[in-house]
Amino acid sequence: MSLENSTLVKLNNAGFKQNDKWLVEGVSLTVEKGKIVTLIGPNGSGKSTTAKIALGIYKNIEGTVEKYTNKVGYVPQKISIDWTLPLRVYDFMLLTEDIKDEAIDEALTLTGVMHLKNKNLGNLSGGEFQRVLIARAISKKPELLVLDEPVQGVDYTGEIALYELIKKISDTLNCGILLISHDLHTVMTATDHVVCLNGHVCCSGTPMDVARNNEYKTLFGEQASQILTVYEHKHDHVHSDEGQIKKN
Amino acid sequence: MLDDFFVRALIAGIGVALVTGPLGCFVVWRRLSYFGDTLSHSALLGVTMAYSFELNIALSVFIISSVIALILIQLQKKTNLPGDALLGLLAHSSLAVGLVVIGFLTFIRFDIMGLLFGDILAVTTNDIFIIWTGGAVILIVLKLIWKPLFASTVNYELAEAEGLNPDRAKAIFTILMAAVIAISIKMVGLLLITGMLIIPAAMARNIADSPQKMVLFSVIGGLLSVLLGLFSSLEFNTSSGPSIIMAALVLFILSLLNIKQSIKLKN
Repeated sequence: MSLENSTLVKLNNAGFKQNDKWLVEGVSLTVEKGKIVTLIGPNGSGKSTTAKIALGIYKNIEGTVEKYTNKVGYVPQKISIDWTLPLRVYDFMLLTEDIKDEAIDEALTLTGVMHLKNKNLGNLSGGEFQRVLIARAISKKPELLVLDEPVQGVDYTGEIALYELIKKISDTLNCGILLISHDLHTVMTATDHVVCLNGHVCCSGTPMDVARNNEYKTLFGEQASQILTVYEHKHDHVHSDEGQIKKN
Repeated sequence: MLDDFFVRALIAGIGVALVTGPLGCFVVWRRLSYFGDTLSHSALLGVTMAYSFELNIALSVFIISSVIALILIQLQKKTNLPGDALLGLLAHSSLAVGLVVIGFLTFIRFDIMGLLFGDILAVTTNDIFIIWTGGAVILIVLKLIWKPLFASTVNYELAEAEGLNPDRAKAIFTILMAAVIAISIKMVGLLLITGMLIIPAAMARNIADSPQKMVLFSVIGGLLSVLLGLFSSLEFNTSSGPSIIMAALVLFILSLLNIKQSIKLKN
């Protein structure tokens, strides 16, 4: 595969201004097939804005976005759903594309929420809803997956399992993933490239590069980069929802 | 058979209910009931235009309502006024202009009550034709834009991000709203059209657990309201619009009752 063909979305010096205030500016990054790009940065550093620029939700942007796919799965950070709609998990799975029942079941099983299939969306807990959001995005078998803080509200063990799942999806579907996290150490193992944002790109590179970068250390503190050592070992198993151990 | 005014009214009413059912669900989901009111109030102006220039009433109402919808969209872009203030501004000023114009049209005898509240005696075979062909077009277009419209109703950014073009769906839906008001004005009257859109859909919301079921129940509720309303309109010599809306209200109240519990109580 040539380099050009594997590019899914490319931001060239992109930025977005709202009410005369830059939310983010000067971001250049490329998401390729089978690769995971992680955006990290403190609150208000423009992570979600960057994702929305990449997705084409913001129209009047600075710089350019080149998008080479229409098969997109999106897990937004904040989602306000109007409960005047009677909506089951099943209906939600079919929201943007008609997907076969097997694909729906497979995605719900992977994220561990198959038992909620016929439940009303309004009755789910935060963590359950988050798993449904991820299931919906992956069930489409997208080429580009954009995950904005996908594990918020999920308990710690579930969090690790979901990141392992995301890594697996990137490998099996060969899709490109743009992942947003406020927490570098939990996504370490699942990331190819890290972009650290603070209104602009403050540093970028492999997870190790970024963790050792001085600007990153000033943003997140010494401790954040020390946590690295804990995660440098390789996992040989994952934990399913029920806590059972599955070998990789 | 079509010679009988009541049969004509029934056929027309059934046509209206088939269209207001699905559209009404979107009006409830998207919180557009005030928008519906604004369009239907502006319909009075459309009717006076029809009389002044000898146009077809439904066509004239459709044009005026669409223009009002476009003006609203422009005002939303160009002013900082909140949406409900703009809606009120357009609703009442277009109603006022319509009433003033009626005052000038002294050469025509107006049945203003029939216009405001619907009149089953006034339904012609031509109206039936307009309701059923217009209604079929509305439903086909709604079916075509269902996916993007529904997805953006649930969440605009998801729909936009995953390439469904929600803005286009919204613009088309606005036109459909104007069209449904145009075809239902004779049956329900311009003051009560929004009721026909909202009440059966609200009733359906109480008993449905999925969007498809809500649409289905909304259509059934609309049909029952039209049948009950028209028969009581004939029986008690009341205006057709209020009778239909009252029937819809009764169905809504029934939907509030817990059916299972009432069966248990009887046993």
